[in-house]
Amino acid sequence: MADLPPPVQGPTAKEKKYDRQLRLWGATGQAALENSHILLLNAGPGVVGLETLKNLVLPGIGQFTIQDSALVSEADLGVNFFLEEEHLGGFRAEHTCNLLKELNPDVQGGFITEPIETFLNTPESLKPYTLIIATAPIRPEHLAKLSAHANTSLVPLFYTHSVGFYSHFSIHLPPKFPIVDTHPDVETTSDLRLVKPWPELVQFAMEKTNGIDTMDHEDHGHIPYLCLILYYLEEWKKEHDGQVPQNFQEKTAFRTLISKAARTDAPEGGEENFEEAVGAVLKSLNPPEASSSVLSIFQTEECQNLSTDSPTFWVIANAIGRFYTKYGVLPLPGTVPDMKARSGEYVQLQNVYKNKARKDVAEVLDNVRSLESQLQRKKPVEEKDVEAFCKNAAHIKLVHGRPFHIVQQGNPIKWGNQAKTAVEALTSVYPESLIPLYFAFLAWDDFVAKHSKDSLAGAPKLPGETDPETDGYEVVGIALKIMDDLIKEAGAVVEDTDYSDLKTKVRQYAEELVRAGGAELHNISALAGGLVSQEVIKVITEQYVPVDNTAVFDGVKSKSSIIRV
Amino acid sequence: MAEVLESSQPIGSMDSRAKWKYLDNILTRTGPFTDEDFPCGEGAIESLSRAKVLVIGAGGLGCEILKNLALSGFQDIHVIDMDTIDVSNLNRQFLFRHADVGKYKADVAAKFVEKRVKGVKITPYCGKIQDKDEEYYMQFSLIVCGLDSIEARRWINATLVSMFDDTDSDSLKPLIDGGTEGFKGQARVILPTITSCIECQLDMHAPRAAVPLCTLATIPRQPQHCIEWAHIIAWEEERKDITLDTDDSEHITWLFQKALKRAQEFNIAGVTYSMTQGVVKNIIPAIASTNAIIAASSCNEAFKIATGGSNPFLGTPGADNYMMYTGDDSIYTYTFEHEKKPDCPVCGNLARPLKVDQRFTLEEFLDGLAERPESQLKKPSIRTEGKSLYYQSPPSLEEQTRPNLFKKLNELVEEGEEVVITDPAIPGQFKYKLRFS
Repeated sequence: MADLPPPVQGPTAKEKKYDRQLRLWGATGQAALENSHILLLNAGPGVVGLETLKNLVLPGIGQFTIQDSALVSEADLGVNFFLEEEHLGGFRAEHTCNLLKELNPDVQGGFITEPIETFLNTPESLKPYTLIIATAPIRPEHLAKLSAHANTSLVPLFYTHSVGFYSHFSIHLPPKFPIVDTHPDVETTSDLRLVKPWPELVQFAMEKTNGIDTMDHEDHGHIPYLCLILYYLEEWKKEHDGQVPQNFQEKTAFRTLISKAARTDAPEGGEENFEEAVGAVLKSLNPPEASSSVLSIFQTEECQNLSTDSPTFWVIANAIGRFYTKYGVLPLPGTVPDMKARSGEYVQLQNVYKNKARKDVAEVLDNVRSLESQLQRKKPVEEKDVEAFCKNAAHIKLVHGRPFHIVQQGNPIKWGNQAKTAVEALTSVYPESLIPLYFAFLAWDDFVAKHSKDSLAGAPKLPGETDPETDGYEVVGIALKIMDDLIKEAGAVVEDTDYSDLKTKVRQYAEELVRAGGAELHNISALAGGLVSQEVIKVITEQYVPVDNTAVFDGVKSKSSIIRV
Repeated sequence: MAEVLESSQPIGSMDSRAKWKYLDNILTRTGPFTDEDFPCGEGAIESLSRAKVLVIGAGGLGCEILKNLALSGFQDIHVIDMDTIDVSNLNRQFLFRHADVGKYKADVAAKFVEKRVKGVKITPYCGKIQDKDEEYYMQFSLIVCGLDSIEARRWINATLVSMFDDTDSDSLKPLIDGGTEGFKGQARVILPTITSCIECQLDMHAPRAAVPLCTLATIPRQPQHCIEWAHIIAWEEERKDITLDTDDSEHITWLFQKALKRAQEFNIAGVTYSMTQGVVKNIIPAIASTNAIIAASSCNEAFKIATGGSNPFLGTPGADNYMMYTGDDSIYTYTFEHEKKPDCPVCGNLARPLKVDQRFTLEEFLDGLAERPESQLKKPSIRTEGKSLYYQSPPSLEEQTRPNLFKKLNELVEEGEEVVITDPAIPGQFKYKLRFS
């Protein structure tokens, strides 16, 4: 009887629809998105917030809610894609919500037409949301309320501007925001332990290189390059007091040693496995030490002093910290790059790495279990989480979330321990920082805080709405003062010529912002909406590395900068 | 008189501009960076609404581009796409709904945006860009591309470069090109013959190295090797008479089972249905956010150009023309001037030096052209000044030149000799100077 074909599990309808993104953040990332409920506090022309939501509804967040008290005006139709003529005069929150929902039947959407003042004054009104996005213009006292909520509830807060050719956003994350799955570049992830091999690996390399000089061409040309490096390292050590190559010069010499050992009379000409070995020497002979940022995670208060209800991340981090203290290396990731080799031998080599990785995971898991019983934790940490952590241990990241700047009447912006780096960025020629654009946005907010359209402190008046010249003069003045305050706070001295260049830059940014008169350009809002939604996805899935903590985009020069505030 | 009124009425009438209140702040005011010649006010409004734009591609980027252009004040937009809608498009191609699966992208996208943004005219063409001739492309003032194929980009690039006539400034068609892959992307502006062109920049997009056939046939090590074996070797051996359709799930299932069986024979783990599909269709991960960023950046440049310099644009001679974007680790953009190559086979006039192994046969050399980052030619024909070395067609010439395929290069050409290579996929000819190594 013929072999029955193995049962095929074709993709589900959901897997088909989300195929192109599941290849990036996988089923766990997708599940996290589906459990989220995002609140958008929409204001101004309102485009950047909706373009952000569009890029979140499409990949399938769980729920969104739009708070927006504006009525649909003619001007909305020229800039906002999620409104139609028949909606004129209706609530913008309602109609944009409905048209957004059309994009993905799996997403729930809701809206609130109540003004932001009363909405924020209602107790617990922010409670249902797992992430909040606020758009400018917004009164500083409202933004401060949201910031306080982000502090106490640990709900991530985004704040974004899109004005004319420029955009900005800042992220307020919880003070300790760990990421295990950072998706590092494949090039940087290989950890082969060639200078610190374990006995099974040494044994394997010895077997495969046994009689290397007398092997026939076929065998010689198929020795996996890892074994070649290990073999020639032993040869090298004999001549160098048992030391592996230490510096660039020695590594180059070692490379030559391998290169000379390749046979030139093989039928194919050269030997690909030797070429691979030569190519790998420089990057694979570094001692497998953990990076300082990973070590500092082990030193964090949360990691050192575990409690019964510590988040899983810290329990595993502590367990891996113990492993590191004991062995001086992190658990082995266990992946082997592809290389010239025979199928069977390559699979054997993979198993040598996989078995060691499994052993390391088992030891870390033991540490975890003993911590759990010491701490009397109720819910055991899942084994797959320990596995994932061990695999990415060298690349885990801890983001230190913090509040961003909110303008306050009469008080200068405080930069604290970021002041020095901000001034360095300001005066750096290459790479040129767009921090003057950030000053202009802060000045824009300051102007909005001071001016109302009417005397009743109703809708804010936006710079340049009616009188760009007068408003421009004022915004430029505020922006320059923000720069001066920063330089003063940092205790820095800026040379006269540099300072006058900086003044010109700040003035130009401020004037170009005011030119827009509070208008959003659809392109810039779509671009900023792309950036913000991408960061929201990283924060919700706890994958990749989010911006720390402010970004600006300059649509005149088509450049961006990251600023730490 | 009547004529003037007719053309200026929709523009000058205050009623019709109410919708463009925000846009008009930019169009009717100057800023610190605006070009001296910027026709602030009426002129900018007119130049924008009269611009005829062609959008190539109505997929992930194309949907965004159409929306962005319509809401930037462009009123006459054409769009070309040959594809129909697939369910896996719906996670980002937001102009399509489940009920649209199977319909032409260009048609559905054009109708949707026309309905949503009143006053914009979008003319779809469901077919290949190669169906159209110079006369067709000449009608546009600029072209925005959102493509996933290098070949199509090279074709339109070469076409636009060859159309340029330096006695006619209308023949200069700015080409704005966006591309994405996962969290990465790029947006660039090409002014044919003035800035570097797509062909000059070809080595920025090196093709993935192919796995040698002997690895697939005898020593597979990775699950992907087993899938490629099923795709390239097993299908050819067992289902030769059936044309492989990578959208047919029965075909993918067959390949998956073949690959899985082979993987089991070699103890290789990791073959899945999704991986099979990914390898066979060469699937590139794609998400809404990156497409939004790159499409918007492209349209922002289109807007700056079409308004006559409401602000400086990429591609201004001597300025940056290329923005690279990476979003997986924080956000990083690198905006720079990619310089024109004097030996570019499309926009330059010098023969490009090409290092070759003189012991290679002509066939090996020609096969290698597909993978070399600077050439990437799949069906090359080659001649020297004096003789035809190999022609893919017509059949009589192919037959006549075929014996040359098996000769060594040094039997056919001299060191330093110039050869001309043509390929049906790209208009024009590629001049190379062969250097033996």
